[in-house]
Amino acid sequence: MSDIIKIKDEYLIKLSNNLDLNDVNQIKSELFGKNGKISNEFKKMGSLSADDRKKFASELNSIKDELQATIEKKIKEIEVSEINKKLQNEKVDVTLPERSFSRGKIHPVSQVIDEISSIFSEIGFSVAEGPDVENEYNNFTALNTPDNHPARDMHDTFYLDDKKKLLLRTHTSPVQVRTMLSGKPPFKIIAPGRTYRSDSDQTHAPMFHQVEGLHIDKNINMGHLKGCLNYFIKEFFEVDKIKMRFRPSHFPFTEPSAEVDIGYTLKDGKIVIGQGDNWLEILGCGMVHPNVLKNVKVNPATYQGYAFGIGIDRLAMLKYGINDLRAFFETDYRWLNHFGFDPLDVPSNYRGLSR
Amino acid sequence: MKFTMGWLKEHLVTKFNDQKIIDKLTNVGLEVESFQNQKSELDEFLVAKIIKVEPHPNADRLSLCDVEIGDDNIVKVVCGAPNAKSNLYTVYAPPGAVIPKSQNKLSVSKIRGVTSYGMLCSESELKLSNESEGIIDLPSKHYSKKIGKKFFLNKSPKVVDISITPNRADCLGVKGVARDLAASGAGKLRIQKKSKINFSGLQNIKVQISRDKNQGCTAFGSCLIKGIKNKESPKWLKDKIISLGQKPISAVVDITNYIMLDLNRPLHAYDADKINQKIIVRNSKNGESFEALDNKKYTLENNMCVISDNSGVLGLGGIIGGTRSGTELNTKNILLESAYFKPESIRYTSKKLNLDTDAKYRFERGIDPNSIEEGLIKAAELIQKICGGTISKLDIKKNENFKNSYIKFPIDLFENTTGFKVSDKEIIKILSDLGFSIKKNKKDLNLKVPSWRPDIAQPIDIVEEIVRIKGYDQIKTIIPQKTRNKQTLNKQQKLFHFLQRSVASKGYYETVTWSFTDSKINDFFKEKKNDITIVNPISSDLNVLRSSIFSNLVFYLKKNLDRDIKDISLFEIGPIFSGKQPGQQEIVIAALKSGKVSRLDWIEKGRVVDVFDAKRDAVKSLVETGLDQKKFYIKSKTPNYYHPGKSGAIYQDKSSNLPIALFGEIHPNIIQKLDIKTEALILFEIFLDRIILSKSKIRDKKKKYEYSDFQKSERDFAFIIDKDFDAQELVKIISEIDESLIKNVKIFDLYVGENIPKDKKSIALSVTIQSFEKSLNDHDLEKINDLIISTVQNKSGAKIRS
Repeated sequence: MSDIIKIKDEYLIKLSNNLDLNDVNQIKSELFGKNGKISNEFKKMGSLSADDRKKFASELNSIKDELQATIEKKIKEIEVSEINKKLQNEKVDVTLPERSFSRGKIHPVSQVIDEISSIFSEIGFSVAEGPDVENEYNNFTALNTPDNHPARDMHDTFYLDDKKKLLLRTHTSPVQVRTMLSGKPPFKIIAPGRTYRSDSDQTHAPMFHQVEGLHIDKNINMGHLKGCLNYFIKEFFEVDKIKMRFRPSHFPFTEPSAEVDIGYTLKDGKIVIGQGDNWLEILGCGMVHPNVLKNVKVNPATYQGYAFGIGIDRLAMLKYGINDLRAFFETDYRWLNHFGFDPLDVPSNYRGLSR
Repeated sequence: MKFTMGWLKEHLVTKFNDQKIIDKLTNVGLEVESFQNQKSELDEFLVAKIIKVEPHPNADRLSLCDVEIGDDNIVKVVCGAPNAKSNLYTVYAPPGAVIPKSQNKLSVSKIRGVTSYGMLCSESELKLSNESEGIIDLPSKHYSKKIGKKFFLNKSPKVVDISITPNRADCLGVKGVARDLAASGAGKLRIQKKSKINFSGLQNIKVQISRDKNQGCTAFGSCLIKGIKNKESPKWLKDKIISLGQKPISAVVDITNYIMLDLNRPLHAYDADKINQKIIVRNSKNGESFEALDNKKYTLENNMCVISDNSGVLGLGGIIGGTRSGTELNTKNILLESAYFKPESIRYTSKKLNLDTDAKYRFERGIDPNSIEEGLIKAAELIQKICGGTISKLDIKKNENFKNSYIKFPIDLFENTTGFKVSDKEIIKILSDLGFSIKKNKKDLNLKVPSWRPDIAQPIDIVEEIVRIKGYDQIKTIIPQKTRNKQTLNKQQKLFHFLQRSVASKGYYETVTWSFTDSKINDFFKEKKNDITIVNPISSDLNVLRSSIFSNLVFYLKKNLDRDIKDISLFEIGPIFSGKQPGQQEIVIAALKSGKVSRLDWIEKGRVVDVFDAKRDAVKSLVETGLDQKKFYIKSKTPNYYHPGKSGAIYQDKSSNLPIALFGEIHPNIIQKLDIKTEALILFEIFLDRIILSKSKIRDKKKKYEYSDFQKSERDFAFIIDKDFDAQELVKIISEIDESLIKNVKIFDLYVGENIPKDKKSIALSVTIQSFEKSLNDHDLEKINDLIISTVQNKSGAKIRS
């Protein structure tokens, strides 16, 4: 009996020493190996009387359990301390740069087109498109601008043939013609896209972007036009209040026609939209001319509605503080990086139009 | 269109101040562009202060002055005046200013080796007195707060400049502007005094309007004024002409211009003694020529409306007169013309000859045909008053009689169009103020359109008249309803927006470039397509529609490389063109990438971009749109701007006719010919319109979700195979052996070189085998293993590498 207690005490002391994994395994085999001290004690049991055996077995098993538990504990301790020791050598300078990544950009014009589409989507407009090359009929004649009309001079047109029958569209309005010719009213579309005019200076580019709007139904009047544009401008510039002025103007394809100005002030050289006494012209609009409706086989006695055309590049400049129109199309990598948008930044009404 | 407030008030009795008039003009559709003093040459002279005076290094009599000219700007001026000293207030003339006395225009110049920016002036130089000793000494008491301000007060009257839309010919005259203002409540139109003119004798130069086809002239009025003394215009007239920024010429010319500006009634004065017998208004004949008043010689084509005499062409009717019959200061007898020319005829001729004049501008928009007499009388009266002479009876020849147009206007159209109501009474008042004659007939107004409004043709035009005079601010704002009956974007448009952001998310910067390009660069990218030339390009290097976006991308890549940016990733999404008919275009994404990946990276080794970077970006973008990569089929044939050995074409599936994408390295020839300085340049293109979009949603296309928990095995194989044999085929052969067992085939090594025949390559693949029914035992695996080897050998001639 005293033998096993002695073994226990001896090894518990040993195990309390500073040991490595080999030492512990050595102890383990000294105790529980084939000829281990504890193993041998179990062998002795056969020679004991039944009563003694029961008592001895109980004692021995509890000592065995205690030693085994201590050994297991010791092993875990050693493992933890060894990992800790190893970790001390594995420290890196995490202030070094991460593995490189690249980030793309969306052009401001594309971003603004998405913003515009998102706003008009809310009030039921869908997006329509048309080709960049147009015939003279869709670009002018169908839009109530006959050949000898002086309004044609206001559009410096790029032509693709000497007879001036084929051209690069000077506005997005021919999409109105195509949309109405290929469907039945009501129509409620916007048509963003590239447009072309052959002038080029600091404030004019030979290519620019417009978005056309068209809403034709029964009983659509100028009040709807005003409401629609008022809504759009407020949403686009993300302001609660907007100062807006409708001014009579003339476009051959609308009657009555209007130009729309918005109020702004200059603060620290930057344009602030929505207040102030200065006016900035941002779009042209009007009620679609009955002649246009007739040309596209819509009965002006039953249907009427409005159309508008907005310069997209201009809106982008105003909203994002870009001064130079020409820079939009010059592919300066630094400019694209500066004014471009993250591709994940998709304008939507519930996440907000812009960040 | 320009006028002064004083001139306007000759036609308008008003209590409005200037600002109210300006606002009203814009509100009725006559947009005011500016309202400011006519610029004067004297505006340039500024009050200035000498800050410091130093002796000139090379000249004893000259000194070098630092002069403050406003906003803390200081300039260096060389000055010869003995009284130049610091703190002297004086007058400074900047470079560009014209010195009144000498009429010399100043420029930045070196005086004895020292640059002088402008000049300090003496009284005599400014024609203020004869005092030429020294520069002006201004009393500091009055001028200390005026540094940088104009020295001369601009006494010229303020000029209103309005932009007139092409429909409003009537407002190209001051009287028309006054009429609009009166109608809008700004005042009353002044009734002009009836002239008391004494006609004596007949207009005895015969006028004939020939009955030519498409005769551009319908009426020709004239009178003879004999025995005049042409001279400089009196001051009031000169002032009027000058206030609008024009130069007075002679009384006769100034008067005709004045009437044109006042009434929008163009006139022309001929020296009657230079007309050979008679006036014939006729169509020109090809090859006829004349010298116009702009001192240019014009050669005419057929059917241009000319005014001629027995000797030939005198001028182009309604556009420009000729030098042969022009008036001069010594002209004694004049023939005054007041005619009507058809807008389409004017437009035809002026376009053909590329000629733009004030008269042309007006006739093209439509002159009041009933103003012929009024113009003649008013001008003749003024000429007689200023130059004397006797006025003949008027001679009015007409080919066609003008007929007013009539419109039946349904009153409710106004409210239906504008959404607000105006009483019938007020509508009638507005229209009558604008010159309409009105008969009310229950729900309609029968309107006679005034002769000066050729733009008004139908009821909707009447709505515009009323609403613009009433004010657009009266229109209510109807808040739009937030309902949507149709999807905002169709499938093709969704694909556009998706791919745009998909490509950008791979590190590419989106750009937008012109749809046209330089044919010389386009040639590299257009293959066998035709040039689509622009007839009137803005410059010769933007002369064709692009056949590919790369011509522009490469051009701008080069510019960015020149800025010393090396690793550039650019893309554009937009149209490319295959013909000049509408619709002969398709939407393409074109992307390029130059330089290296991980350049100068502390952790990863840098490498140049290669064809497989391009392939990854193209394939990943396509897969992200929802296309099935397993169906893609790659071919190695690509357009000639790609590297012939390092490029590929992706077909949506094996049976597709056209590739949906191309990828590869650029052809080295292009790099060399365009002198692009980069280590490597890769391209890819995605042809959006060629992608066949499934009608069903992705969720409907997905197979049932199934998985197997049975043991999965991976077996590696290495095959030695012909170099030309496509890896894609090898993978396909293995995959198709048993689709229920072979879950994945992945190439993990490619080897050519030692121990392999020269025309062969070794491809190592890892094949994943798993059953849905059971765990495969060694026997099963051995069987499939053998099947893979034998099938590959049979179908490709490859040998397993031992």
